[in-house]
Amino acid sequence: MSTTTTASPNEAKLWGGGKSPFNSEYGKVMMWYFLMSDAFTFGAFLISYGTVRFSTNGWPNSNEVFRSFPFAPEGVHAPLVFVSIMTFILIISSVTMVLAVHAGKNMDKSGVVRNMIWTIIGGLAFLSCQAWEWNHLHSEGAWWGMNPFLNADGTASSTNFTNFFFTITGFHGFHVFSGVVINIIMLIMTLLNKFEQRGHYLMIEKAGLYWHFVDLVWVFVFTIFYLL
Amino acid sequence: MSHTHTDQEAHNKEAMAEIKKVTIILSVFTIIELILGFWMIGMTSVGLKLAVKGTIVILMMAKAFYIVAYFMHLKHEVKNLIMTIVVPLMLFVWFIAAFLWDGNSFRNLRNNYDPYFKEQATIKVEKKEEGEHGATKHKATEVKEIPAPSAPVEKH
Repeated sequence: MSTTTTASPNEAKLWGGGKSPFNSEYGKVMMWYFLMSDAFTFGAFLISYGTVRFSTNGWPNSNEVFRSFPFAPEGVHAPLVFVSIMTFILIISSVTMVLAVHAGKNMDKSGVVRNMIWTIIGGLAFLSCQAWEWNHLHSEGAWWGMNPFLNADGTASSTNFTNFFFTITGFHGFHVFSGVVINIIMLIMTLLNKFEQRGHYLMIEKAGLYWHFVDLVWVFVFTIFYLL
Repeated sequence: MSHTHTDQEAHNKEAMAEIKKVTIILSVFTIIELILGFWMIGMTSVGLKLAVKGTIVILMMAKAFYIVAYFMHLKHEVKNLIMTIVVPLMLFVWFIAAFLWDGNSFRNLRNNYDPYFKEQATIKVEKKEEGEHGATKHKATEVKEIPAPSAPVEKH
């Protein structure tokens, strides 16, 4: 026994008891495992989309489906433009979240408040964009079980395309919504000096992990639905 | 005391530089993805399209790496913690390969043995008029009512 401890002193320090071997707080580690399980849920959705797409002869062209823009005059088509704005909104809100976590590590309350407010605004802006897009697609006749779009080669399409689109972006949108709610709660707790009293801003870090995960999922959803 | 203070300041500077760097990388990768997406709109060559899609997937994975490693700070965690998260995610390699293969094989089987399925993919619907969504919807539902071929080819 003593030989193993002398062989790797670092490891012995880590696993010798008295401290967390992962050098991380319990809640943070559990947040990581929750996000891992959530990644499998999203992965299952996206992979089933891929399987169905591979098993079908034709598929709608995303550039013909997602080509509208708010306030654009009728007949003006702008594929990819609206969704790229949504993507940048989410990236920027992710950056402000990192800045909030960073400020929390320095016990900088005003920095946390400022960046949390920006993150919440970014999340609400993203949700508004998604609500507009859903509403627009619905007005075109697209919904679960309804697909007005033809396949790219001009043949009749099935409802698989719209079913997957609304299910997956809806599930992601629900994550964004719950992320915004969590961020608002964190903001209120910060304003009430809860974290100042505790002496650390670990809760902000955990909310940050969740928010970055939402951004991470959008990277995949955006690429798979709009670009591929 | 002043020594630890400057230490903290240097650490802060480093962290901010990292955030800035990752933000720029994510933005640039997204812009490249969008440029490739726009380029692909009128593309007819199947091979080139496949190559562009492959590039987009690589950029997507790179973006995912930067978000997880730096924004979520996983790179700065203890190695054992990283492994308990990354190793289970390795299942996705099998997951993606197996299920896409399966989908593809199912399409080939149906094209070979289901003449109705194959014929559906050759019937073109009249191209819709621009802006008339109602008309499109009507045509799309009309097509679904096309009856199966009266004399299906029998396979032995």
